[in-house]
Amino acid sequence: MTETQSAPRSFQEIILRLQTYWASKGCAVLQPYDMEVGAGTFHPATTLRALGNRNWAAAYVQPSRRPTDGRYGDSPNRWQHYYQYQVIIKPSPPNLQELYLGSLEAIGIDMAMHDIRFVEDDWESPTLGAWGLGWEVWCDGMEVSQFTYFQQVGGHDCHPVSGELTYGLERLAMYVLGVDDGNEMPFNDPDALIPLTYGDVFRDAEAQYARWNFDVADTDMLLQHFKDAEAECARILSQPQDDPKTGRRIVMAQPAYDQCIKASHLFNLLDARGVISVTERQAYIGRVRALAKQCADAFVQTEAGGYVASA
Amino acid sequence: MPDLLIELFSEEIPARMQARAAEDLKKRITDGLVEAGLTYAGAHALSTPRRLTLALEGLLEHSPTVREERKGPKVGAPDKAIEGFLRGAGLSRDQLEERETPKGAVYFAVIEKAGRPAADIIAEVLEDTIRNFPWPKSMRWGKGSLRWVRPLQSISCVLSKEDGAEVVPLEVDGIVSGAVTYGHRFMAPEAITVTGFEDYATKLKRAFVLLDPAERQAAIWQDATNQAFALGLEVVEDKGLLAEVAGLVEWPVVLLGAIDEQFLELPPEVLQTSMKEHQKFFSVRNAKTGRIERFVTVANRETADNGATILAGNQKVLSARLADAKFFWENDLRTVKASGFEPWVEKLEQVTFHADLGSVGEQVNRIAALAQSLAPTVGADPAMALMAAQACKGDLCSEMVYEFPELQGLMGRYYAEAAELPAEVGLASEEHYSPLGPSDDVPSKPVSVAVALAEKLDKLTGFWAIDQKPTGSKDPYALRRAALGVIRLVLENDLRLGLRTVVTKGYFPHALHRDSATGKVMLDKRKSYIEASGIDEDALRVMELQRVADELSNSGGIDAFKESGVYDFPDVVILADLLSFFHDRLKVFLRDQGIRHDVIDACIAMDGNDDLTLLVKRARALEAFLKTDDGENLLQGFKRANNILSQAEEKDGVEYSFGADKKFAEDATEQALFDVLATSEGAISSAIEAEDFAAAMGSMAALRAPVDAFFEAVQVNSDNEVVRRNRLNLLSQIRKVVGQVADLTRIEG
Repeated sequence: MTETQSAPRSFQEIILRLQTYWASKGCAVLQPYDMEVGAGTFHPATTLRALGNRNWAAAYVQPSRRPTDGRYGDSPNRWQHYYQYQVIIKPSPPNLQELYLGSLEAIGIDMAMHDIRFVEDDWESPTLGAWGLGWEVWCDGMEVSQFTYFQQVGGHDCHPVSGELTYGLERLAMYVLGVDDGNEMPFNDPDALIPLTYGDVFRDAEAQYARWNFDVADTDMLLQHFKDAEAECARILSQPQDDPKTGRRIVMAQPAYDQCIKASHLFNLLDARGVISVTERQAYIGRVRALAKQCADAFVQTEAGGYVASA
Repeated sequence: MPDLLIELFSEEIPARMQARAAEDLKKRITDGLVEAGLTYAGAHALSTPRRLTLALEGLLEHSPTVREERKGPKVGAPDKAIEGFLRGAGLSRDQLEERETPKGAVYFAVIEKAGRPAADIIAEVLEDTIRNFPWPKSMRWGKGSLRWVRPLQSISCVLSKEDGAEVVPLEVDGIVSGAVTYGHRFMAPEAITVTGFEDYATKLKRAFVLLDPAERQAAIWQDATNQAFALGLEVVEDKGLLAEVAGLVEWPVVLLGAIDEQFLELPPEVLQTSMKEHQKFFSVRNAKTGRIERFVTVANRETADNGATILAGNQKVLSARLADAKFFWENDLRTVKASGFEPWVEKLEQVTFHADLGSVGEQVNRIAALAQSLAPTVGADPAMALMAAQACKGDLCSEMVYEFPELQGLMGRYYAEAAELPAEVGLASEEHYSPLGPSDDVPSKPVSVAVALAEKLDKLTGFWAIDQKPTGSKDPYALRRAALGVIRLVLENDLRLGLRTVVTKGYFPHALHRDSATGKVMLDKRKSYIEASGIDEDALRVMELQRVADELSNSGGIDAFKESGVYDFPDVVILADLLSFFHDRLKVFLRDQGIRHDVIDACIAMDGNDDLTLLVKRARALEAFLKTDDGENLLQGFKRANNILSQAEEKDGVEYSFGADKKFAEDATEQALFDVLATSEGAISSAIEAEDFAAAMGSMAALRAPVDAFFEAVQVNSDNEVVRRNRLNLLSQIRKVVGQVADLTRIEG
């Protein structure tokens, strides 16, 4: 394990250190996916790349949205828009736990002073038709990460198995920086010419989104968008594999998956607007899962998904 | 004799699975070894979050040589037959023995299987065990196909003999066995080479690993109670939590911390639940006030600052958690103080109870109606029972119960108090789920009893109405528990209740709901009857169901009823089935208390079998009576009488049921029997009337001697037809008199 480093001073420094650390461990440092998602797992770099037999190693920050978590910027630890740091390595290396612990040291957690624990927590995403076994990682009784060995995604068995790490960045950073109110957390260096806190950056927007998410969003429009995304996803996947224009075999798994992501986020918005009843809820989740499954079926038909054209 | 050490070292095993896994490892390995002929003197299994360990002592060095003889074809049999035999035995022709048998010369094959070295057998059994381990949930990792609970990292398998230790070589999915283990993940992660169990345990202890979960538990408990005691406090006992916490650490370090002052006014159960569920903390209580004032957390390591950083971190997390709990508590209090339970009860309309049984709101309405009607029977005020039932599920909509479902009921009591509802209402909210298990306390306050009974009866009748009964080991709605709850509520409160009537009442709204939901078509006959009589459909159904209940209790049970064809709808069958479910649960319950199932059957066959209190009283008296000498003999006498009578009735095609006349009695014993039956009949029937089963049994005892004497002296099947008939009619009278107490034909033996 590496020497314990000095304490970081800001939210962004923690992100930068994670990026540097995982880059040094051989991960491709990707950028966030350019769509609204509920969690870092939705990034195609995780959901789709966990499928098929090709090796893969990636790390990235993913801005994530959970409309029901909105608190108008008033909560010290809840936002409808937040950040996850995501690492995925396939096949999962035998020393993944050690690599993970190294990342905690990299952001200034001294293993000799803290109590790190791997506590059983099985992960399941009903909307992605995915599950895995692993732990939530505790540091002095606080959950700092989720650690999962993917077993199934989109209804497909994962072979080889990906190891996935998810860090809830705000909570982790608040802990490392010793801040109780997330809005007061330094975003950039507190000694910078223009020091900014997390609240300076996001607080207003949080209130705006909370109002829109809870009370203003046009539910008829959202429902229509949901149906549109669902239909478009099916339409994309129903196209023949051979493209008539180029004459090439092009399976459009990712454009279809984009529609699946859209449908999932629209469902979350509808949920926050309180227009989905308990019984309907299950049905909506089932519809998104059906899309995810079809996209997974398509992805394994692409080269990235391990498809090999028979000679 | 050699000893064996096996260690399966992995990433962190879920705490709840460790103990079972250690036992499974022991069982699978020892079973496999013994099956291969390798016996051992002792075995023990241990576990930590990262390892399963098995130590075997006094193992055989080899499995014993086994000699087997097989009889083959006759000498001179066709070559094909002999060749087939040789193939099967794995021998050549010159290895066969010829032996003389009474049927001539026959080939025999003597096959000697040499014993195998222990290491070979161990390697096979261990590989098989690893590949087929019964984890409740297992996974793959990396590129491999092996399944384990979490990635398996190393296998140690060391056979130690007097002249040294050797590694038992094996390989499972690329993991090669060795004699190497690893210490504590953080405090001593280096590789350690071991030569046997003693060496292994000692070195691991030095490397900050306590192998034995019992030792870790004891250490945690002792240290925690000592630290609490030093402050004049006590640790709230929680064996489940202790076992779990001991499964999360290899090197337990107990740290006692303070709870921020602002949270100490939360109900102790809230503090305890929040700390246990989220943080796996023990609660530390002030014994005098009952207040929870501190917590104990168990870390997995020592640190240079004696755990100060760890404790501070834990305290901070706890404060954040409790701030949530306090926020919920205060919001809930604000709601109930301003508007009572009303807003919550209204919300229950939107909470689904079961897709086919409607919302929790509808459930509450049904429970309320039932509780109100049960109230007089259980000695409760109907208005109070109604109010309590209406409020009993309100807390399900509180923020606290949303966060901590296990606090349901209890929060209802706190909030009822805050809403200034009567104490009975709050108590009923807390108690109406009880009893939950066979040893759980049964509510005894009348209002609680009414609501608890109503809740369970509504549930049972509901799931029966939609045909979601328990089958085999599947009982997803815990209906067996609910039925046992009803039984215990009735018996332990000595309630006199016609179960048929209350079950019918509970069932009615479910049947109505179900049939309107499924659009059940009314029969024309019923339609025209309804039109002609002016009685509406609902009222008719109530009448029908009531009639069904009455009919069932008077008639020969469900079969006779089905045959009658009077009713087309299946409710009759369903209700009878539910009642027999109650009787089955009662049998299981009483069997555990030492009452034989046939004794219960003999009592269930009697009228009034839906009054469980009466039924059990009768069964207890009968059980006691049958244990006496008189009881045992009378039973034999009764059976003899019944057999003779049944045979005669079958032979003659008539029923000998009345008309025995003393004047045809020839023998003195016969006359005596006439006399004693005449007095007993009245005595027994009035004792039964008065529910004095002991007296009834006493009168039965008085029959024993005359019945015995009668059979001793008299031949029933006399040549004189008049005398014979008279005696058969006399036997019938025995059957009738004794039959007032119980149906003794159902008693075995």
